[in-house]
Amino acid sequence: MKIDRYEKIFMLLGVGILAMGLIAIAISVLHYGLHVPSPDGRIAPGDVRATSPWDEPGVYETGDGEYEVIMLAETWRFVPDEVRVPAGSEVTFRMTSPDVVHGVLIEKTAVNVMIIPGQIATVTHTFDEPGEHLFVCHEYCGTGHHLMSGRVVVE
Amino acid sequence: MSTVATTAEQVTPHEEVGVETHGQMWPVTGQIAISLFALGLGGFIGLFQAIERVNITLPPFGPFENYYQGLTFHGVLLAFVFTFGFANAFVSWTTIRGFDRPLYSTMLAQGAFWVLLTGTILGAIIMTMNEATVLFTFYAPMQAHSLFYLAAALLVVSTWLVLANIVLTYRAWRKENPTAAIPLMGFTSLTTYIMWGLASLGVAILVVGILLPWSLGLWDHTDPQLGRTLFWLSGHAIVYFWLLPVYISWYMFIPKQVGGRLYSDGLTRFAFILFLLFSIPTGLHHQYTDPGIHEGMKGFHLLLTFVIFYPSLITAFSIMAALEHGGRKAGGRGLFGWIMALPWNNPAVVAQLLAMLVFTLGGVTGLVNASMSVNLVVHNTAFIPGHFHLTVGTAVALSVLGICYWFVPYLTQRPLFATKLALWQAWMWAIGVLIFSRGQMSGGLDAQPRRTMLGEASYSLPGWEVANWLTAIGGIVMTVSGLLFFVVMIGTLLNKRAETAEEKAALQPLMPAPPIHDHRKSWKIFDRIGLWTLIAIILILIAYIPVFLLYLPAEFTSPGVRVW
Repeated sequence: MKIDRYEKIFMLLGVGILAMGLIAIAISVLHYGLHVPSPDGRIAPGDVRATSPWDEPGVYETGDGEYEVIMLAETWRFVPDEVRVPAGSEVTFRMTSPDVVHGVLIEKTAVNVMIIPGQIATVTHTFDEPGEHLFVCHEYCGTGHHLMSGRVVVE
Repeated sequence: MSTVATTAEQVTPHEEVGVETHGQMWPVTGQIAISLFALGLGGFIGLFQAIERVNITLPPFGPFENYYQGLTFHGVLLAFVFTFGFANAFVSWTTIRGFDRPLYSTMLAQGAFWVLLTGTILGAIIMTMNEATVLFTFYAPMQAHSLFYLAAALLVVSTWLVLANIVLTYRAWRKENPTAAIPLMGFTSLTTYIMWGLASLGVAILVVGILLPWSLGLWDHTDPQLGRTLFWLSGHAIVYFWLLPVYISWYMFIPKQVGGRLYSDGLTRFAFILFLLFSIPTGLHHQYTDPGIHEGMKGFHLLLTFVIFYPSLITAFSIMAALEHGGRKAGGRGLFGWIMALPWNNPAVVAQLLAMLVFTLGGVTGLVNASMSVNLVVHNTAFIPGHFHLTVGTAVALSVLGICYWFVPYLTQRPLFATKLALWQAWMWAIGVLIFSRGQMSGGLDAQPRRTMLGEASYSLPGWEVANWLTAIGGIVMTVSGLLFFVVMIGTLLNKRAETAEEKAALQPLMPAPPIHDHRKSWKIFDRIGLWTLIAIILILIAYIPVFLLYLPAEFTSPGVRVW
C-alpha cells in the first residue's frame, strides 16, 4: 500500500483542521454551556389549550430574577407576543404548538428552537442588557407565516 | 480503464461508440430534458421570491395564488426533479461508459424515464392546483393532497430503477471479469447510487408508510417529530446524491478537459467509499434545535458530520492536482501561472471551475451550519438558503450547466451554439450567486428567517434592507444567466449537424485518461462493494437505532392541518 507524499500531507492537514473544529465546538458546549435543546416532555396537540400551564399562557415570576414564559406558537401568532422582564433576568421559555410545526429565534441571543406539535420545547436565556429583542417564527407554517412575531422587552 | 474506440467515424445520439445501447440512450436524453425543464421553470420562479424581498410583487407571483405556492414549486422542481433527472441520466451514461457495456436492462432504463416523467407531471398538477403548498420538506402535520405524496414516491422510485440497473450491470460485468479491478468510472457511479439507495429508505418509509395512508384517511393522526427524523435520515444524504454525479464529472472528465490527468485512482475510490459510509448517519445535524431528540445523539451525529466533510477535502486536493497538472502541461509557469493556462475559453470547463470556486464558500458555510453550538445562530435563518445556493444552487447546478455544454451536444450530435454566450452565462451565474448569498447570509446573521415572505412581513430589522437588495439583485443576475443558458441550449438543438473535422471531434464521447497514481493492484479492498455496503448499513443502525429507541413510543396525536 503506497500513499503519495503530497497526498499524505494533505490528508493529515484535513484531519487536523476538522479536529480543531470539533475541539472548538466541544469547548463551546462543555465550558461555555451553549447547549442545544433536549427533550422536556410531550403533550398531545389537541389537549394543549385545556392543559396546564398552556391553558394560561403568559409571563410568570418563579423566583428572584427568574421568570418562566409559558408560550403557545399557533397559526399565526405567539401567545404571548410580548414578554417584559427586568434586566438580568433568567428567563425560561416553555413552548408548544397546538397545530403545525413552528420555530422561534430570538434576535441577539442563542435562543433558537423548533416548536413541534406533540413536543414541549424548553430553552433558557439570561437577558443582561436593557433593550428589545425581536422574535420571529422561522419555520413555514402557512400563508400567514410572515405575520408571526413578537418581542422581548428587557427593562 | 475500458478500451473504447474513441475514434469511431460517426456517433449518432442513440448508439454509443462500441456499445450496443439500443433503446437506452433516449431515456438518458429524455431525463436530461426533464431535468433542464425543471431547472428552467423552478429557477424562473425563484426570481419572484428574490424580488419579493424588495417589495416587487409581480401579480400574483407569476401564476401562483401566494408566495409559498411558488416557493413549493421552486423547491420541489429544483431539489427533486432537476437533480434526480440529471443524476439518473448522467450516471446511467457513466455506467455504460465505465463498464464499457450496455445497461443490463433496457426496460429498467426506459421505466426510470417514464416514472420520473409521471411523478413530475403529477406533482406539478397538484402543486398548480394549490393542493400541496407544503414546501419541499412537507413537514407533517401540514397535510398535502395524497397525490402529492404519490408523486414524491414516484420520483424516488425512478432513482431506484436506475440503481437496480446499475447494480445488475455491475454484476453482469463482474461475471465476465471475475478478477479485474472495477473501472473507476463504474466504481464512482455504483457507489453513488448505492449510497442513495440506502439513504432514500428514510423518506420512503415516511412517505409510503406514514404520510400517504394518512392523507388517504386510513388514519387521522401523525407524529411530526418522528416524521422529521425520518425525513432527515434521507435529507442530508440527498445533498450527496445531488453532488456526487457532479463529483463524477470533476474526477472523471475535468482532468481530461483541462489537458491533465486525475491524480490518484486509490484516493478517488477512498473518497467515494467515505461518501457511501458517512453520508447517511449524519442527519441529526439538521435537527439540532428539535426538542424531541437528546443532545447526546445530536453530538454523535455532529462527529460523523465532520467525518463526511473529509472526502470533500480530499476532492479539493485531487481536483486541484489534476487542474495544476493540466495547466502546467499547457505551459503555465510559477506558483499560480498554471491557473491562467487553463482553458478559460471552454464554457464546459469554465462553468465547472467557477462552481468549484464557489463551492469552497459553500463547504465552509456548511461546516458553520454543522457546528452544533454555532448552528443556534443560523438555524432556519436566511443564512441556510444563502449556504445551499452556493452548494446545490451553484456547485451542483452550475456544474450541471457546464456538463450540458458538452453532454447535450454529444447526445444530440449538434455543435454547441454561441460559445461566448455560454461563457458569459457561467460568469454571470457565479457573480450573481455570490451577491445573492451575501445578501441571504448577512440577513440570516441578523436573525432574518428563511422561507418567509419578507416583503409583506409584519416585522423588520435594520440591516435587512441591504441584505434584501443584495438578494434581489443577485437573483436577477442569476435569472439572466439562466436565460442565457436556455438560449444556448435551444440554439444548440437548432444548430446544423457537425460538419468540420473539429466539430466532429468535439462530439465524440469524452473518456478519462488513466490516473497518474494507479493504486488499483494494492488496494483491492476498495472494490469490495458488498462489504462497504454492509458497513454503511451498520453505521446507519449505530447512528439511528439509539435515536429511535430513545424516542419511542411514537405518539400519533397530531391531526392533519391545511394552512394555505
